[in-house]
Amino acid sequence: MTAFILRRSLQSIIVLLVMSLIVFVGVNLVGDPVDMLINPEADQLEIERVIRDLGLDRPVAEQYWYFMVNAFQGDLGRSFVFGEPALKLIIQRMPATMELALFSLLIAISFGIPLGVYAGLKPHSKISRTIMAGSILGFSMPTFWVGIILIMFFSVHLGWLPSTGRGDVATYFGITSSIFTLDGLSHIFLPAFNLALFKLSSVIRLARAGTREVILQDYIKFARAKGLSETKIIRVHLLKNIMIPIVTVIGLEFGSLIAFSTVTETVFAWPGMGKLIIDAIYNLDRPIVVAYLMIIVLIFVTLNLIVDILYSVLDPRVRIKGVS
Amino acid sequence: MDPILQIKDLQTHFFTKAGVLKAVDGVSLEIKSGEIVGLVGESGSGKSITGFSIMGLVDAPGQIVGGQILFKGQDLAKLSPAEMQAYRGNRIAMIFQDPMMTLNPVLRIETQMVETILSHDSSVSKVDAHARARDALGLVGISSPDERLRAYPHQFSGGMRQRVSIAIAMLNRPDLIIADEPTTALDVTIQGQVIHEMQRLCQETKTALLWITHDLAVVAGIAERICVMYAGRVVEQGANANIIAAPMHPYTKGLLGSVPGQNRRGQPLQQIEGMVPSMMNLPKGCAFQNRCNLVSDICTSTNPDATSTKDGRLVRCHNIAAGDRA
Repeated sequence: MTAFILRRSLQSIIVLLVMSLIVFVGVNLVGDPVDMLINPEADQLEIERVIRDLGLDRPVAEQYWYFMVNAFQGDLGRSFVFGEPALKLIIQRMPATMELALFSLLIAISFGIPLGVYAGLKPHSKISRTIMAGSILGFSMPTFWVGIILIMFFSVHLGWLPSTGRGDVATYFGITSSIFTLDGLSHIFLPAFNLALFKLSSVIRLARAGTREVILQDYIKFARAKGLSETKIIRVHLLKNIMIPIVTVIGLEFGSLIAFSTVTETVFAWPGMGKLIIDAIYNLDRPIVVAYLMIIVLIFVTLNLIVDILYSVLDPRVRIKGVS
Repeated sequence: MDPILQIKDLQTHFFTKAGVLKAVDGVSLEIKSGEIVGLVGESGSGKSITGFSIMGLVDAPGQIVGGQILFKGQDLAKLSPAEMQAYRGNRIAMIFQDPMMTLNPVLRIETQMVETILSHDSSVSKVDAHARARDALGLVGISSPDERLRAYPHQFSGGMRQRVSIAIAMLNRPDLIIADEPTTALDVTIQGQVIHEMQRLCQETKTALLWITHDLAVVAGIAERICVMYAGRVVEQGANANIIAAPMHPYTKGLLGSVPGQNRRGQPLQQIEGMVPSMMNLPKGCAFQNRCNLVSDICTSTNPDATSTKDGRLVRCHNIAAGDRA
């Protein structure tokens, strides 16, 4: 197991290195940040001073070299706009995005699995058909549009839930989050539901497909022949088998939940990383874009590793050799 | 001895879009306490559905539409699902054909055994249930059962897995075990071991056994009585020795004739000509008419009733010699 984790970590570092190169070169190819940053009335001398200060007069290779040297010391550059370390800015915004992503994931799992299992057990009932039709809608409607509709309906028309911001936050166990206050919860619900909709649909479909496959297996019939109750068969024998693909997909897509929260965060003005990166792209704030992408890659790589480990916990057949 | 299981005129039909399929159509059979009965037939003869009907595990669109399944005098066909659940795995257990598929791949053997005990008697402590599971594994000849309890199904060979299923079936000391082709998926050498093991266990624990198989040779070795099924009906039933020595129904004769034997070395194997008729539209009269060499006018017009014979058999055939009839 240790050897497996070590080998995977090494692979992850290579992925990070390759990614940093692509990101750095890519970002340097688009636009000139100086135009955005400088006062239009500044003279040539001042422009040159800014360019020199930002290190933009050096060749790209040299800039990359300095970026890497600094990155190994935990410095991913300084924001052109805010003048603060990019990493610090991103980490400040990270809890808001994380709580949004986790809350969405919670919605997707806690509604998706029961609905999917139900639809799998009774594939011909009206309720199941409604669930499946709903999941197709969840898949196909664009996130930004659903977000706007949610705001229109729940905030503007009914006035039940607030449409922007994070609301009150409270700190427990060193974690500051809006899910600890009632006001915060009312703020997080709409954006989290918006973000969860796509995941919810895929969890429903996975749970349904898994249920329909597993319920026909001989071991389910054998469990019935042993005299187990139907509830127990579903909770133990069925659920543990259908969780394998669900965990894989949820784990791998948690990264995309964080990465794609940009749309939801923009629609609901949620003060997370997604909002920061969109602003940074508009302002050509290169260090933030690079740092953000590096962090996202790191999250993806870590999630992959966690999924692989979790997978072997769930399915004894793929348990890594050497552990018994 | 009183019969522990008495099936009277059981009818299990499948209601499909194409029509009603009478998978089991008037099956009657008896199993006495501690007796081994062989239920023999081709694929689709309704033998497995008979087994599942006893267990109350016929899948939709199948349904028991008539007859009685008397287990110690209680009609199982009339029980509610919850009442039936209390019998399953407790008083009546079942072993399936493919040991690779019957154990849940993601649960430890221990979990799968202990839940069988606890779901029928929640007063048993975890420690006692564990001990009983371990003893049951030992009983079916699995070495170092303590260690094997913690293993997962994929760590066992096919024969071992079937032993585990047998151990699970035996856990609650049932009165009757229905074994649905338990050795078909196994190697011939393992097959012999498992058959022997089952026979020994049933004798020791006085458990009755309904052994469902398509292989007449298997039941000839262990069963006290044999029932031969064809197209949803029992065509011949009686004592093992009588049937093997002198089959009366043409179908049983055909089945016996197609078993390879040592004294027929070098000669082509006999086979029953023709095909099993479609269960969706059985011919009028006897279902075996299109493959029978004794077929006459009465066979194509009237379905034969079960005729008792002098040696205590029941045979569904018009052509039983008058001297054999009881």
